[in-house]
Amino acid sequence: MSENLLEVTGLQKHFPITKGLFKRQVGAVRAVDGIDLNVVAGETLGVVGESGCGKSTAGRLFTRILEPTGGKIVFEGEDITHKSVTQMRPLRRDVQMIFQDPYSSLNPRHTIGTIISAPLQIQKIPTPQGLKKAVQELLELVGLNPEHYNRYPHEFSGGQRQRIGIARALALRPKLIIADEPVSALDVSIQAQVVNLLEDLQSEFDLTYVFIAHDLSVVRHISDRVAVMYLGKVMEIAHRDDLYKNPRHPYTVALMSAVPVPDPVRRDSAQRGRVLLTGDVPSPINPPSGCRFRTRCWKAQDICATEEPPLVQRLDDPDSHLTACHFPVVDDEAVAGRAPAATPA
Amino acid sequence: MSSVTPRPFLEVKDLTVRFETDDGIVQAVTESNFSLEAGKTLGIVGESGSGKSVTSLALLGLHRTRSNAKVSGQIWLDDQELVTASDQDVRALRGGKMSMIFQDPLSAMHPYYTVGAQIVEAYRVHNPKVSKKAARERAIDMLARVGIPQPSRRFNDYAHQFSGGMRQRAMIAMALVNDPKLLIADEPTTALDVTVQAQILDLIRDLQQEFHSAVIMITHDLGVVAELADDVLVMYGGKIIERGAAVDLFQRPQHPYTWGLLGSMPRLDREVRDRLTPVKGSPPSLINLPSGCAFHPRCPYAGRNGDRSFTDTPVLTGGAHAVACHLPAEERAKIFKEEVAPNL
Repeated sequence: MSENLLEVTGLQKHFPITKGLFKRQVGAVRAVDGIDLNVVAGETLGVVGESGCGKSTAGRLFTRILEPTGGKIVFEGEDITHKSVTQMRPLRRDVQMIFQDPYSSLNPRHTIGTIISAPLQIQKIPTPQGLKKAVQELLELVGLNPEHYNRYPHEFSGGQRQRIGIARALALRPKLIIADEPVSALDVSIQAQVVNLLEDLQSEFDLTYVFIAHDLSVVRHISDRVAVMYLGKVMEIAHRDDLYKNPRHPYTVALMSAVPVPDPVRRDSAQRGRVLLTGDVPSPINPPSGCRFRTRCWKAQDICATEEPPLVQRLDDPDSHLTACHFPVVDDEAVAGRAPAATPA
Repeated sequence: MSSVTPRPFLEVKDLTVRFETDDGIVQAVTESNFSLEAGKTLGIVGESGSGKSVTSLALLGLHRTRSNAKVSGQIWLDDQELVTASDQDVRALRGGKMSMIFQDPLSAMHPYYTVGAQIVEAYRVHNPKVSKKAARERAIDMLARVGIPQPSRRFNDYAHQFSGGMRQRAMIAMALVNDPKLLIADEPTTALDVTVQAQILDLIRDLQQEFHSAVIMITHDLGVVAELADDVLVMYGGKIIERGAAVDLFQRPQHPYTWGLLGSMPRLDREVRDRLTPVKGSPPSLINLPSGCAFHPRCPYAGRNGDRSFTDTPVLTGGAHAVACHLPAEERAKIFKEEVAPNL
């Protein structure tokens, strides 16, 4: 299977900043500022980036929880960019979302039976064996006790609540699930359980995931392809192994080298090889001209300030590996004191 | 302890913290024993509710104001016992000889006072004779030391005007203003992005070398521990279940729970594994801890040697690298080598 389930071109979302009595618009937060990507049926596309890079907004645009300012979203060949809520409703069967915070994404006044059956009722899906049976099957699928359908969210732990959120997303047997930081609020041992569950469900139901997270190791584990975002733009996108073995964009290199290595023996070499970015992410209200990363990039030159680098294939990368950088990092390049990449043990 | 060996800089003996609540007694920390020398870093790892933060709050004497908290055992800091010390004595130490960096600087800092004023206050409480002007200079100097650009201007800003990383730096400046000998950092980088986390960990490491303080680093992230710690405690259900040098603990982890933590974690420095190997189940309730070994309901090896795991609480034994597990050491070594290590 290699058809595109979701195709996004030039997608933008600008949140207006208003001032005064008449809400005059004085500016805009360019949360997502022109991204192009596609999601192939059956794959997991990981989206990584730091807070404020627009990855969550992008996820909400894909599911059309938000209305895009510009660009185009095509789902299964159908343009859904500006569909109304009513027009979107039939499509909600195919596109579902899993949220980050398992505490605020479940209504505390509803039993989990009500929560999980809500999509079925709204979509008027016939349940031949009854709603209760359908809910119990879903609970069993995500590893919860089917007898608990009458309990309330507060009676469950964080990991169990996230399973409830997953059951709700699965209720309509969607094709595409956008998971926005689904494991970042969970303890390490529970994180791994939920990651394994998501993988099992994917192979059982042929699901396609867009997995949005800030944790580069989790994203590498679960994704087939990975997109790196910075200030509302995709900086680099590639197959997982290409991206993690040969990161081209200086930002990707810096991001990866910042991840702590859980091996005290290699502590010194890891620290020597670290690319330390100085300063903070610039404001998305007034992003830098040209390349957005240039203000923190050690390779920046004059052209970076004037010309925005397009997201294209660079060097001798495979044609699936796209980088938006004028001066991509070549293999074995000595980067600002970076030692040669650590070889896997 | 014999009279010849000097007491370590920080020594905690049989520290137990319990909270009486309407639902029952919460056994937050049970008989914790560890020590730390000046200039060294101790990492405390565990999941939520494992007792790691409660341990640090007990060191600072912050449970004293809570009437439902019962703290017992001994805490020796530089030959001074803290559990039985007077409130006044502990207050003199807190923020002075020992201080803390909290997880969320936005809620740990006062929103109505400028960052500078709060640092000045922390300094003058412990140095009442210092003039306001000198204290202000000291605060600006500290802000500069932790890498905040334009410190004399940022002195007058409020916490909300700082970015997350800068706010954490300001909090570190506040914690270090009195040259503490013991610095406790409770999840100092959990709320931060990785690139900022790397900056903050670097900063803590540099400052520690400069001040030769002892640091306790509390975190759920084994990567952060591996970066900084000399020694590591792994906590589960309020108890220390493994204690050892960081290198030993990561290379030859002893406790099945530590194996589970390592197996749960995808790593960038290894090839991608097909499957993570998580710990089954979820952490126990501290009100109603499982009998025997608190980990037995989640342990794949419980019951291998009779019923002891279900009835007896294992004791932390083994010298430099200690573990609280009923499995015999040889069997554990064999399981680790044959079943666990290949999957990490």
